[in-house]
Amino acid sequence: MSGKEVFYQGNEACAEGALYAGCRFFGGYPITPSTEVAEFLSRRLPKVGGAFIQMEDEIAAMASIIGASLVGKKSLTATSGPGMSLKLENIGFACITEVPCVIVNVMRGGPSTGLPTGPGQSDVMQAKWGTHGDHPAIALAPASVQEIFDETVRAFNISERLRTPVILLTDEIIGHMREKIVIPEEGELEIWDRPRPECPPEEYLPYDISKGIVPPMADFGSGYRYHVTGLNHDASGFPTNKPSLVQPEEERLMAKVTENLDILEKYEHFTKDGAKIGVVAYGSSARSTKAAIQQAQEEGIPVDFVRPITLWPYPVKPTIEMGEKVDYIVVPEMNLGQMIDEVQRCIEGRAKVVGVNRVDGDPITPENILEKIREVA
Amino acid sequence: MSIAKALKEETIVSENSEKDGRKITITPRYCKGCEICVKLCPESVLEIKDFKIHVARIDDCTACMLCELRCPDFAIEVDGKAKKGKSS
Amino acid sequence: MAFNYDEYMRPGKLPHIWCPGCAHGIVMKSIIRAIDRVGLEKDRTVIVSGIGCASRMPGYVDFNTLHTTHGRSLPFATGVKMADPSLNVICVAGDGDALAIGGNHFIHSCRRNIDITMIVFNNNVYGMTGGQFSPTTPHGKLASTTPYGNPDYAFDVVELSMGAGATYVSRGTVYHAVPLERQIADGITHKGLSVIDALCTCPTTYGRRNKLGSATDMIMWFKDNTVGIKAAEKLSPEEMEGKIRTGVFRKDVKPEYCEEYQKIIEMAQGA
Repeated sequence: MSGKEVFYQGNEACAEGALYAGCRFFGGYPITPSTEVAEFLSRRLPKVGGAFIQMEDEIAAMASIIGASLVGKKSLTATSGPGMSLKLENIGFACITEVPCVIVNVMRGGPSTGLPTGPGQSDVMQAKWGTHGDHPAIALAPASVQEIFDETVRAFNISERLRTPVILLTDEIIGHMREKIVIPEEGELEIWDRPRPECPPEEYLPYDISKGIVPPMADFGSGYRYHVTGLNHDASGFPTNKPSLVQPEEERLMAKVTENLDILEKYEHFTKDGAKIGVVAYGSSARSTKAAIQQAQEEGIPVDFVRPITLWPYPVKPTIEMGEKVDYIVVPEMNLGQMIDEVQRCIEGRAKVVGVNRVDGDPITPENILEKIREVA
Repeated sequence: MSIAKALKEETIVSENSEKDGRKITITPRYCKGCEICVKLCPESVLEIKDFKIHVARIDDCTACMLCELRCPDFAIEVDGKAKKGKSS
Repeated sequence: MAFNYDEYMRPGKLPHIWCPGCAHGIVMKSIIRAIDRVGLEKDRTVIVSGIGCASRMPGYVDFNTLHTTHGRSLPFATGVKMADPSLNVICVAGDGDALAIGGNHFIHSCRRNIDITMIVFNNNVYGMTGGQFSPTTPHGKLASTTPYGNPDYAFDVVELSMGAGATYVSRGTVYHAVPLERQIADGITHKGLSVIDALCTCPTTYGRRNKLGSATDMIMWFKDNTVGIKAAEKLSPEEMEGKIRTGVFRKDVKPEYCEEYQKIIEMAQGA
C-alpha cells in the first residue's frame, strides 16, 4: 500500500480515518480517553472547510451530528463509557430515522465513572443493546492503530451505505498507544456515499423501499422537503401507529443488518492442525492472544483463534466451525463476561466455553491467557 | 377556503345580503367547537350548534377577520372589505 | 381572507391533533405569517422540535422538518445550522421541553448566540402527558404532580434568556397574535439566538385543573393581565402586581457563532 507513513496514536488514527472517509462535521464533548479525537479534528476540520463543535454535553453532541448528517455532512462523535450511556437515546433516534453517523467509544473501566484512565471492554453488549427498542446494531472492534484508521473508514462506509449509525469500539490501550501506520493515497480506499434520490422532489418519499431496503436520503435544504421523526412512521416519514405499517418497518430496520452480512462481517480465523483449544478475542485482548498462542505452540499446544473485527453482527460461522473442532473455547475479555455469552449462544454446547476476565484496569496479558490454555489443555 | 378549497373539503359559505363580497367560509371538519371565535367576535355574528360554529348574523359581519386570526384550527375564513360595525 | 396559509401547509394533515380550544394553532399560524412576512424560501428553511404538543407543529407545515427527542431541538438545530449556515433554522418547543430537560441546551444556545430562532410555546404545563407542572408553572398552581399546589417557583423565560446571553428576546401572547407574528419575524431576521416566549394556553389540563374558565377566558386573561414594556414603566409596583410584561426586551448586535466559526475556517486555511 502506498501512502504517507506516520507515527500516530490510535485516537489520531481514528480522526485521520474519519477525514479520509469524508467526515466534515464533528460534535463532541471531552472525556478521557477519547478527547484526542476531538482535539485532532478541532485543528483539522476547519482546514478542510468542515465544522467542529464542542457541545455542552454528550447528548447535545450526538444530536448535533444527526442534524449535520441530515444536511448531507458525514459526521462523527467520540466518547467513552459514561458518554455512551448519555448518547443512547439519540443513537436510537438515528436508528429509527435512518441517519448515517459514526460513534466512537474508546472504552475504559466501568461502570459509571469507573477507571477513566484504565482500559476496558465492558461496553460491548451496550453497543448492541444499549438504546431501548429493537434497532439494528453494528459495531467494529479494531485491534491496532492501523486497523483503527481502516475500520473508521469502513464504519463511515457502512453507515452511509445502510443509512444507520455505526459504533467503533476501541479502548484506552489502542486508543492511546502509538504505532506506525500508512495513510493511503486519496482514492486508494473505496469511499461509499448514502443513496440519494433520483426522482423529482414532489415524488420523494424519505422511506421509500421500492428500490431496496435502504431508502434514498435527500439532504435538507436541497429542494426535497420532508419530515423526520423518532415516532414510528411510514414511507412518507409521517407518524403512524397502524400495526400493519409499524411491524414491517421495524423488521426492515433489522433486515438492513441481517441481509447485508456480506459487507458487514469481518474476522480473522487462524487454525492449527490438531488444535483442541480455541480462543475468541477482539480489540486489545486479541493482541495478547496472538502472543499467548505463539507461546502455546512452542509448548506443544496448538490453539485456533477467531478474531472478530466486526463485533456486531457477531461472526457466527467461524465460531460454530471452531465449536465443532475444539473441546474448549477461551474468551479473554476486559470485562466480567460479555462476548462469552454470544460464543455460548452460537455453539450451542458443541464445546465448553471458559473466560479470562480482568476489570482491574490492567490489560489481559499473554500469560493470563496462556495460563487458561494450559489449564484446559 | 384556501386550504379547504385545495383539499376539496366540505365548506359552508355565508354571504351577506348586500352581496358586496363580504362572506364567511366555515370548514366543519376542522372546527372543534372551542367557541373562541364565537366569544371574540365583536359583532356576535357566530354561534355554536351541535359543537360546530355557524354564522347566525352574516349581515353584522364587518370583515374584521379576528375570528380567522384567532381560530387555532383553520376552520373559519373571512373575505371582503372591512366596514364599521354596530359595536364600534 | 386575511392570509392564505395554503402555500405553507402540508396537504391532508388537518384537523391537527391539538385539543379544542388549544391556542397552539394560533401560535403556529403566527409563525407561518411571520415566515411569509420575512420571505423565507421553503426549501432553505428547517423547523426543528423536541417532544410535546408544541413539538408536533413541524409535521403540519411544508418545510424541512425535524421532530427530535425530548428537550433536544436546539442541539439538533445547531448541527443543521453549522453544517450549512445559509439555512434558516427555527426551533419550536414547549416550556417543559425547552426549559426542563432542554434547559442546558437552552442556556448554551443563548450563550453561543448561534443564528437560530427559538419559539417557546409557553402554556405553563406538560400538556401532552396529562398536565404535570413545568418550570413555568406558577407557585401554588395545581397540576397532576402538584395536587397540593406547586411548591416550586417559575422561570421567567425572558430573564433566563437574557441572563444566558440571547441577543433577541421578546414575549408575546396568543391574544396579541399580530404583535406575536411581528416578534417572530423580527427574531427570524435577527442574526443571533432569538427567543420568543409565546404565551399560550392549555385549557384541557392546566386550565381545567386551576379553574381558569373556557379556552376563550384563558386567552382573554392575556388581554387583561399583560402590559407592554413602555406602558409598564409608567405603572406603580402595586399596579404591576401579578401582571406580565410583553414586548421586545432585547435586540442586541453581537458576534454570531457561525460567523465566528467561519473566521476560524479562514484562519485555519490561511495559516
